[in-house]
Amino acid sequence: MKYLDEFNDPELAAQQFEEIARIVTRPWALMEVCGGQTHSIVRNGIDQLLPEQVRLIHGPGCPVCVTPLETIDKALAIAARDDTIFCSFGDMLRVPGSHHDLFQIRSAGGDVRVVYSPLDAVRIAAEHPDKEVVFFGIGFETTAPANAMTVVEAKRRGLTNFSMLVSHVLVPPAIAAIASSPDTQVNAYLAAGHVNTVMGTAEYEPLVERFKVPIVVTGFEPLDVLEGIRRALLQLEQGRAEVENAYPRAVKAGGNPAAQAVLAEVFEVCDRPWRGIGVIPASGWRLSERYRDFDAEDRFEVTDLHVEESPLCRSGEVLQGLIKPNECEQFGITCTPRKPLGATMVSSEGACAAYYQYRRLALQEEVRA
Amino acid sequence: MTEGAEVVTSVRAGAWSCPLPLRDHERIVTGHGGGGRLSSELIEHLFRPAFGGEVDDPAHDSVVLPVPTGGARLAFSTDAYVVTPVIFPGGSIGDLAVNGTVNDIAMSGAIPLVLSAAFVLEEGLELATLGRIAEDMGRAAAAAEVRLVTGDTKVVEARDRGGLTITTAGYGVIPDGVELGPKRVRPGDQVLLSGPIGEHGMAIMSLREGLEFESQLRTDSAPLAGLVQTMLAAAPGGGVRALRDATRGGFAAVLCELAEAGGTGIEYVERDVPVPSDVAAACSFLGLDPTHVANEGKLVAVVAPEVAEVVLEAMRSHPQGREAVRVGEVVDDHHGIVVARTGIGARRVVDLPLGEQLPRIC
Repeated sequence: MKYLDEFNDPELAAQQFEEIARIVTRPWALMEVCGGQTHSIVRNGIDQLLPEQVRLIHGPGCPVCVTPLETIDKALAIAARDDTIFCSFGDMLRVPGSHHDLFQIRSAGGDVRVVYSPLDAVRIAAEHPDKEVVFFGIGFETTAPANAMTVVEAKRRGLTNFSMLVSHVLVPPAIAAIASSPDTQVNAYLAAGHVNTVMGTAEYEPLVERFKVPIVVTGFEPLDVLEGIRRALLQLEQGRAEVENAYPRAVKAGGNPAAQAVLAEVFEVCDRPWRGIGVIPASGWRLSERYRDFDAEDRFEVTDLHVEESPLCRSGEVLQGLIKPNECEQFGITCTPRKPLGATMVSSEGACAAYYQYRRLALQEEVRA
Repeated sequence: MTEGAEVVTSVRAGAWSCPLPLRDHERIVTGHGGGGRLSSELIEHLFRPAFGGEVDDPAHDSVVLPVPTGGARLAFSTDAYVVTPVIFPGGSIGDLAVNGTVNDIAMSGAIPLVLSAAFVLEEGLELATLGRIAEDMGRAAAAAEVRLVTGDTKVVEARDRGGLTITTAGYGVIPDGVELGPKRVRPGDQVLLSGPIGEHGMAIMSLREGLEFESQLRTDSAPLAGLVQTMLAAAPGGGVRALRDATRGGFAAVLCELAEAGGTGIEYVERDVPVPSDVAAACSFLGLDPTHVANEGKLVAVVAPEVAEVVLEAMRSHPQGREAVRVGEVVDDHHGIVVARTGIGARRVVDLPLGEQLPRIC
């Protein structure tokens, strides 16, 4: 795993920063779509070292952040049932629902388990035939193939006590929604490299055509991010708008056909609400007809939800890149990772949490100055 | 450490009411035991007021007590150990229970002498497993030159499967002239780290989650009292200011506690912090930060600049400090805050983890 060092090399990074400064002649705003990239940018301080004319806008690509409150509340209601083992990836546990989070459900006696692979949930279902085992299947195209395989596996093993609460979201419709907003300030997009590892790059061509914006497939280590930024700026300065792959070691134009095949088998496209943003047409996946038996939403009639978003939280504007996290009045005051008002303060990929964790000093200095 | 007593003057045990930060949780959640913010809040807002001011500073690993007659000073400490699985590559809960308390005592500069051990056993625990753990404790005590002198055993109904909790307590004697603590830290002091970080936490996590990497990660559990005495001997004039073993919360949490307790800023260079490649790989895979991962045999030392080199040499001459490095410096800026210089040369704030580290989704 030497690459972790190689893609963090200070001399190569310095060369890239110089090259970027040389290219740029006027102000540009780039959006990194993926929360993993936001985390890398803020943790490593990439944005601090870019020329002032280059502004990074943090996009909606944190799966934890955009999962609708109603879905979280449903998850909490299901997880609180006595007959249920609720399995989730770790960082969903602290996401606030209207009234609780999954940690609190667990503390009150709910059986909530952190899994690292969705297949662990299938194993748990096989071991506990007397319990309903529900897996919280969220994320972008990156996590979807493993979740899809899990449902296929559950069906193959004839497990009738396994189901999945699905809230999968898709990157291209989100880019389209942001690019078609009259308020948008984004000149170019850094696409989420690992999404393209699965899906390839073809579905980004129509976006480039339609909105005349460069889209550069970008990785996650500091030098990967810098290369994406450099290529996006070069396109902008040269007046080009193309799909470009700056992450070829992980992304092929055709993506991963085997993964795409299982996705097509298990999921179908649906409209999906995004927390803080609203419903984006054809922006999500739900289980297809042949796997509908495994849909936790159908299996558990969750009614009587009182969904209540904090009126103070401006995460919607943060997710659309309209404000920086620290421009929200509640940032760091009533809203902290310990007591988040919205999901963007929870996940380490959330823009607000990344700013809070790594940036308080710079923000304090800005305030002082 | 006398500083501990200064902080607790504002206790109004009679007028105690649940303070604000605890109102967020009506019950204990996992994070309250994670060694991060929630843990310190629990100590600060529940235990400290209720105990009436006799608790030491939560950032301290052990308390220093004067012996009423004779002028000697004792370092006293206790810790409860829970880990799943109870046996793991390189050690067991038995090693941890001995080394952990030995190290907490050693961080006051003391030479550990005796330990007690209390066992809460779950029904169904295999005797062979308990035997192995007891042997590990005996071996670890011998290696650390402490005696296990008293104990207790209770059995409780098994909730899940047979496990156990071990609580050890113990004390050691502090040599004359040794005075360690965050309040002694000054700008310009150097920050030393006794070796590579993240091994214990990632060994446990990869075993627990069935993750396999190129090589098997092993715990770094080891007694540090010998290393501490070697360091103190190398700089007898008080050049060693403060010591912390980087357990729960990891290297980063230790620096944050030192900065907060000492009211100084600390800066370190990310590149200079040794992270074994298999730990880095496992962390990258799970989305964890190696500086927040637990160690069981590593310490952070703050030393005066003029003795930094000689202390570092002394550390490297000791088996537990062979890979010791200088990682940072105490600064007269951003008081109470730790700042890291990132790989590409920018700066970022380093924070205490909130509670448990949570693996990311993707």
